[in-house]
Amino acid sequence: MVANQHKMEALADRLSEEDPVAGRSLWADARRRFFANRAAVAGLGILLVVALFAAFGGLIAQWSNEELDYAVMGAIATEGAPSLSNGHYFGTDDLGRDLFARTVQGTQVSLMVGLVGALVAVVVGTIYGATAGYVGGRVDSVMMRAVDILMAIPYMFVLILILVMYGRSMTALFVGLGLISWLEMSRIVRGQTLSLKNREFIEAARATGVPAVTIIRRHVVPNLLGVIAVYATLLVPLMILTESFISFLGLGVQEPLTSLGALISEGAGTIAYGTIWQLGFPLLFFCLTLFGFFFVGDGLRDALDPKDR
Amino acid sequence: MLSYTLKRLALAIPTLLILIIVSFVLMHAAPGGPFTSERELPPEVLANLNAKYGLDQPLWRQIATYVWGILTEFDFGPSFVYKDRTVNEIIAQGFPVTLTYGAISFVVAVLVGVTLGTVAAIRQNTILDYFAVGVSIGAQVLPNFVMAPILVLVFTLWLGWLPGGGWQGGQWEYIVLPVVALSTSFMASIARITRSSMLETLNLNHVRTARAKGLPERRVILRHALKPAMLPVISYLGPAFVAMITGSVVVDVYFSTGGIGKAFVDSALNRDYAVMMGVTILMGALTILFNLVVDILYGWIDPKIRY
Repeated sequence: MVANQHKMEALADRLSEEDPVAGRSLWADARRRFFANRAAVAGLGILLVVALFAAFGGLIAQWSNEELDYAVMGAIATEGAPSLSNGHYFGTDDLGRDLFARTVQGTQVSLMVGLVGALVAVVVGTIYGATAGYVGGRVDSVMMRAVDILMAIPYMFVLILILVMYGRSMTALFVGLGLISWLEMSRIVRGQTLSLKNREFIEAARATGVPAVTIIRRHVVPNLLGVIAVYATLLVPLMILTESFISFLGLGVQEPLTSLGALISEGAGTIAYGTIWQLGFPLLFFCLTLFGFFFVGDGLRDALDPKDR
Repeated sequence: MLSYTLKRLALAIPTLLILIIVSFVLMHAAPGGPFTSERELPPEVLANLNAKYGLDQPLWRQIATYVWGILTEFDFGPSFVYKDRTVNEIIAQGFPVTLTYGAISFVVAVLVGVTLGTVAAIRQNTILDYFAVGVSIGAQVLPNFVMAPILVLVFTLWLGWLPGGGWQGGQWEYIVLPVVALSTSFMASIARITRSSMLETLNLNHVRTARAKGLPERRVILRHALKPAMLPVISYLGPAFVAMITGSVVVDVYFSTGGIGKAFVDSALNRDYAVMMGVTILMGALTILFNLVVDILYGWIDPKIRY
């Protein structure tokens, strides 16, 4: 018995000395799964490169995006090719503007459009969807019917209508993208809210008299963050695609502003003259950005939404 | 089934009305009228113009006249820019072209996509499967406005096989590139969806039963697996149709096919609101109609769905 007691004490000492096993939170678990996913990590790396290019590319550019290089003008197909000696790393466009600086600017604009569009979707979609789902009943069916109706409208045409009527400014673009981007998000958030709403902790909050707004803010929305993060990441490339589509038609941002879509459009219009770099470089950054976001989004979904696998 | 169809119709009509009213109000609230230009018009001329196009009426009456014209006579009114042409004429000129290559693209996307997806599922983890999966991932970042210039670069400029634009009354060599540009990304999506749903279906009990009773594999797949596997594909067709209509604008502009998308972009650049609205409403109506067809098809394929 005594010996046993010694043993027990030794064991107890050892247990209390040893570091307690760190618990794994949902987020730590998700992070581990995310970084185990090779495609997602590659996507994150690509996005980092693109972001660095957009942020600091302007510093290594030899030319500004508005300067015309008179030395190459008129002979773009021969003189305007990408070269290190005259400082046009990506060549020039048909007006003699430095394509490197233009691509940096286009990437900035495209990334900004994508991020702002997704941000609007997150804010509006979450509030709308969480409200509809939590309140339920007739309010819910009216709110969701409205979303159904809006989703049946060919939004690209309406977006162009808005852009043309209110001037093709960045503000009009953001408003127009914001108007359509939140619809899908609100549906997803509503569905998740519906399944959360009958759980015990929400019931407990309601039983103790917490007002509905606080329940949505403190208990519903934090539990939706995973899903929201996934769909926001997947929305960014969709917003970039939409903006590029409009810019490709020449209805998007106006000169001297440019976006990757506008640059692709210019490049596509001049391929017959043999200036293929005008299409190639913007296209490269466009595809890299989209690939990056899609891979990161898929990785996030696998990491945060284990039941989906 | 009938009551469901009626219910869907009951939702489709207000949707269309809302689309018309929203675009009308947007147009009305826009700064500057359709006749605003650099050269200031004398007020009398402007008043006459406004009276001719009915813009001096109160807003509700304008909307009512517009909607009534569309409903009773399918009349979208006159163009604001081309004084001698109506919106109907402009639409009638481009629509057959868009419809031709649009329908071909849709059929190609569905047929090739479903075939590719099914084959990939049957031959899972073979070269064919990897090819199908690779194509569908690549096509995610190759939307129509990226495909179009690449196709022209390769097949027109480098190889010289196909013309890079024009329509010529719809000869086949003028249709090929627009169809490929428009259908590729949808084909890839359909292939991906078909593959994953086919993989799931092939593990179901009724497929095992069909195999157990000794049916040839071809019959198992065509007769027993394909139909249930098509359900997710069919629900994707609605959004795909909308995206294709949108994509046709790029094809019309880039390949100069002379379709309705070109008229839309031109009217957007000219601020010809009447044509813009006409095209928007027509496309909206088509979208709503197609979604209705898809829903009915869905109910027909899957009798488990009861409304």
